[in-house]
Parts: sequence; structure tokens; C-alpha cells
Amino acid sequence: MSENIDQYLKSEYAAGWTTDVESLTIPPGLNEDVIRLISAKKQEPEWMLEWRLQAFRAWLEMEEPNWAHVKYAKPDFQSLSYYSSPKSMEERPKSLDEVDPELLRTYEKLGIPVHEQEVLAGVAVDMVFDSVSVGTTFREKLKDAGVIFCSISEAIQEYPELVKKYLGSVVPQKDNFYAALNSAVFSDGSFVYIPKGVRCPMELSTYFRINEAKTGQFERTLLIADEGSHVSYLEGCTAPMRDENQLHAAVVELVALDDAEIKYSTVQNWYPGNEEGEGGIFNFVTKRGMAHNRSKISWTQVETGSAVTWKYPSCILKGDDSIGEFYSVALTSNYQQADTGTKMIHLGKNTRSTIIAKGISAKRSENAYRGLVRMNPGAEGARNYTQCDSLLIGDQCGAHTFPYIESKNPTAVIEHEATTSKVSDDQLFLCQQRGIDPEKAVSMIVNGFCKEVFKELPMEFAVEAGKLLEVSLEGAVG
Amino acid sequence: MLKIDNLAAQVEDKVILRGLNLDVKAGEVHAIMGPNGAGKSTLGHVLAGRAGYEVTGGSADFDGQSLFDLEPEERAQAGLFLAFQYPVEIPGVSNMEFLKASVDAVRASRGQEALSSMDFIKLAREKCQAVDLPQDFLKRGVNEGFSGGEKKRNELLQMMLLEPKLCILDETDSGLDIDALQVVANGVNALRSPDRAMIVVTHYQRLLDYIVPDYVHVLAKGKIVKSGGRELALELEKQGYGWIDEEVA
Repeated sequence: MSENIDQYLKSEYAAGWTTDVESLTIPPGLNEDVIRLISAKKQEPEWMLEWRLQAFRAWLEMEEPNWAHVKYAKPDFQSLSYYSSPKSMEERPKSLDEVDPELLRTYEKLGIPVHEQEVLAGVAVDMVFDSVSVGTTFREKLKDAGVIFCSISEAIQEYPELVKKYLGSVVPQKDNFYAALNSAVFSDGSFVYIPKGVRCPMELSTYFRINEAKTGQFERTLLIADEGSHVSYLEGCTAPMRDENQLHAAVVELVALDDAEIKYSTVQNWYPGNEEGEGGIFNFVTKRGMAHNRSKISWTQVETGSAVTWKYPSCILKGDDSIGEFYSVALTSNYQQADTGTKMIHLGKNTRSTIIAKGISAKRSENAYRGLVRMNPGAEGARNYTQCDSLLIGDQCGAHTFPYIESKNPTAVIEHEATTSKVSDDQLFLCQQRGIDPEKAVSMIVNGFCKEVFKELPMEFAVEAGKLLEVSLEGAVG
Repeated sequence: MLKIDNLAAQVEDKVILRGLNLDVKAGEVHAIMGPNGAGKSTLGHVLAGRAGYEVTGGSADFDGQSLFDLEPEERAQAGLFLAFQYPVEIPGVSNMEFLKASVDAVRASRGQEALSSMDFIKLAREKCQAVDLPQDFLKRGVNEGFSGGEKKRNELLQMMLLEPKLCILDETDSGLDIDALQVVANGVNALRSPDRAMIVVTHYQRLLDYIVPDYVHVLAKGKIVKSGGRELALELEKQGYGWIDEEVA
């Protein structure tokens, strides 16, 4: 029967095509000269280059972590190219009108609103293609509200004080192996600043696309919500189907100052590899937010892509009464492996955190939840609630839960609930006996399982996420 | 409506049905009784097309179509309904969503348009009342945390919404107290019609006091060994199944 369920999980990866543009890709290899070259290409100030070099020197001394519940051939860092840009981007276009239409078509094809006049374009988009941001919509409209939304490269040029103050303040250069690598070679990503008391007038989003072969993508996102401000941000990711593994090592830093609120959603659909487990993206990402007094940081992620995922969006609840949330759906199929979860570090008084993690494993995939809840001595009256649920489809996949709980304050309250269940033959048969075809049945059962997380996504994306899950699950029934 | 001819079936190499014959016409209610392990539940699952139940011989003709040529969902769409002995839970999928998907699928197969959400909600609420289920059961997960009686009433609700041609009730009385049994039986009786047939599978005569069958069949060792009217059930009640076994042997 489990074979039955499997046959309904075909996995057609819809975003697997490539864009034919001429690119300038620097030769493979990693050393200080490469870092100088990246920095020079971006015409960066000296302090930025120094910061990168510091990170690189630290990285050389570090070792790739191997504690995660994943197995893969370690990337050969000297065989990767660390910078690739469409040739047309060499002279930075001044507006969207000057951007190579072929690049914009790439995003249109992915269903992303790239023209501001589109009816559904109530969302501002930054488009990152390989190592560069090709354009950002609605910049002027956002500027009227005082909101800065641009690529991080531009921010380094135009808002150096903000970047200097906050870059690395949440994820230090030496935080971990991949964060150090990213700090040394990061190429582009988004920068957001919401001024005091401003409620960002529209959803912000960044779409990451890896196009070139044999390159890595190292994006860096920095989002600062000043006191009392409010922002909702979404990122999406796709890549062409290629036989070899490609590395994506991103760093995202969020700063929520007093009374601010950040909602950060991710729909990650990197190429997961084929049915035999060949190819696919290695997604090794460090995401962390710093929450000051009475602020709130909420992470929502829907992870359906990548061959290997290693990702723990976390909150440091530094300020009193601050709130951290983590809502996650991680789906693995074929030979995908995911080790994902969160860290909630409670430092301030009366801090609260909620973790809802849903893992779905199908075929021969391995899906692990790894989460840390730490109550520091100062976390008087802090509370955490964790719920992690695993759903197994078929009998050849694995689901694992690794919760770590550290409490150093006797007044703190921590709750943890975990369940594991299966899409059973009985459930499937019930649906079929009521006239529902098995693919629809599996997607209904899985969507039901994820409901608590999907309701946290912005409306438009909740629908998208549901569909994405359907595609990823096509043919998974047995 | 349903003509089963010399049906043989097995589950994982274990032969369960050995040459079963049954002829059910529209408007009739047939009871199938028999000792444990006789193949009563297997019959329902084979007809509905459950994976793992392998047909090794014979045929079943349903309204002019060979049942075994159809996928399980196609059999359901064609009007075959199996009420489960132990209805399974589907957490997180609301009963409403499930029922609508089901009704939409069956309607689509008949070339009918899907009901609008408003119309469907109205219909579902009406039927809820008919089976004495509070309306908030529509919002709860499918059978999630339902009591035995509630699960059976939920099955009945599905039956009412789908309006099948042939209902197979698999030991619907198991796990029900007398009051719940009465409610379920009333619901089933309300669905009796000249266009609809029913096969009531049960171990005990008790259910047949409430759902009065036209025919009673005794299933033993994988085939029908005795058929008769309602009085056969009463005889079984008195004498047990022992004498059947002796007769077959």
C-alpha cells in the first residue's frame, strides 16, 4: 500500500528551466583575491572589504558542521564560482525600464509581478538573479512612506551608516561555518529599513533565482524595523534542474527595535534533485532576529525544495515582553533531506515564544525537526509553547525530532508537544470510497495537517503554498 | 442492480471468498449474516475496491458495468457506498471540506456542476439535523475525536449527501448503544427507496429489528450457504451459527 501512496507523488518541478542570458562568471576558486574582486565589482568602500576579509580569515579556521541529521558529499569550495552576473547588469540599470527584458521575463514566468502597473502588484519585489539584484519595484512609492527597500549592494553605497551599524549585529561574521563563508563572499540580497512608527504600506518580497551552473548563491538580507514600525516580508526561491549540487548559503538578519513587528515568510522551492536523488540545491542558511522591548518577530516558512536543507530561523528575545514565533512546514520527498527548526533564546522578562513545526516526509526522504528553547537567568516569567508534528507518507521515509530545552530560570514555563502520524491506507480508502481521487485525497490530508501554519502566511501566498505542496506531492501516494 | 457471480477473493494469499453468488435488485434490502471470519467485511471491501483485496475469480456487475474494471473512486462515483465499521479519522481536514470534495467529485462524475459553497453549507446543515449531529461537527476534523455513535452518524450524513444507488453497511451496529442504533436505523430507513438497494452486513439479529430486510443470507466459509426471508435471522438468533457450520461441513 505504501507503494500505492508513492505512485501519487510524481514530482514535477515546474521552475526547472534556465534563462539564456550572457553572464559574466568569475573563475572557480576562493581566496582573498576573489573576495577583493567581488568587493571591487560592487565598488564597495574599504570598510566593507575589510569586514569580508575578517570573515574569510575566520572561515579558514572553521570546520564544516556535521551534527545535522543529513548526509551529503561536502562541497568542494575551490570548484565553485562565487560571482556570476548577467552581462547586461554590468552597467547598473537606472530603472526597471532599462533592465534586460529577458531577465524580467524570467520572473514573469515564475508568476512574480514585475510591473508596477499590474493589478495584482500590491507587492513590492526585489529580484535577485544569481549574484545580483536586477531590480526592485515600487521604490518611489515606498520612499514616500520613508521605507527603504533596495538591494544590499546599493544600501552599502547609499546608507553606509545603517549597514555599518547593523550588519553582523545579529549574525556575527564568525557565527558558524556557512555564516562566515557568506560574510566573506555575499554578493547581493535585500535591504529594508522601516522608520519609526511607520506601518509599511505594502508587502515586501524578494525572489531569488539561481540560473548559472557551478555557481553558489550567497545572499545577504538585512531588515531593520525601527521603533513602533511594522513590516511583512516574503521571500521565494527557485532554480533550474541541474545534475550537480549547487550551494546556497544565505544569511538573514532581522532587527526589531522597541515595539516593532516583523513578519518574515519564506516559500522555499529550490530544485530538490531528481527521483534518484541526483542534483539539487544545498540550502545552508542562517536566519536570526533580534527582538527588543515589546517587539515581535514572526518567522513562517514553507520548505518544499532543496536536496539538503539546514536552516534554523531563530529569535533572540532580548527585550522585555518581546515575542518570537516560528511556524514551519517542511516537506521532503524522493531523496531530500531536511534538518530544520528554530532557536528561541529568552533573555528578557516575560518574553514569549511559540513554535509550530510540521514535517512531512514521503518516499525515501529524511525530515528532522531540531529546536532549542533556552531560558536565560534573566527570563523571569518567560513562556514557550512548542508543538511539532510529523506526517509520514509511505514506509521508507524518516521523521526525527531533536528538541533541546535549557531552562535557567525557575519561573519560566516551557511546554512541548510532539506527534507522529501516517497518511494511512484507511484514510486514503475512505476518501476514494467517497469518490475523491487519491491525489486530491493526499493533498487534502497534507494540507489539513499544515493548516495551522498556512494560516500564518499572507493571503496570496497561502494559496501559492497550498499549490506548491500539491505539486511536490503529486504521485506520492501508496 | 448488483449481480455477483461466483466471486473468489483473497487478502495476502489468504483465500476468503470462495464462489459467492448474490443478486440484489433496486428497492431491496439484503442482510448478510454469518460467524466471525466468514468473509462478511471482505465482501464489502472487495466490492468497494480496497487495495490489498485481490479478486481471483468471478464477476460483479453493477448497473451494467463490471465493478472490477473501475477504480475505487469510480465505483463510489457510480453510486456504490460503503459505510465503514470503524470510520477512520483525518485530522485537520474539516468535515465540511471533506464532504464538499466528496459531493463535488460525485456530482462531477454525473456531469453536474459543483454546488456553491453557500448552497452546500445549507444542505449539509439540513442533513446534520436529520442525523442528529450538532452543526459544529461540520467544522471539526473528519471523525476527529468523535465517539463511536458520532462516527456512525457521520457515515450516515455522507450517505445522505451522496445519495448512492447501493449502500453497503458494514457492521454498522458495532459499538452502538440502543439509542444510537435507533438513530442510525431511522436514518437508514429514511433512505430506503424503490431506486436504492442496501446490503446490511451484521453479526447480530438485533440490527434487523430496526432495519427490516427483505432477504437474509448466511455467509460461511466464503460463500452464501443459506438464504431466506426475515425469519432466517430469528432462527439464527435462537440457534447460533454452529448448525450452519455443521451443514456446510
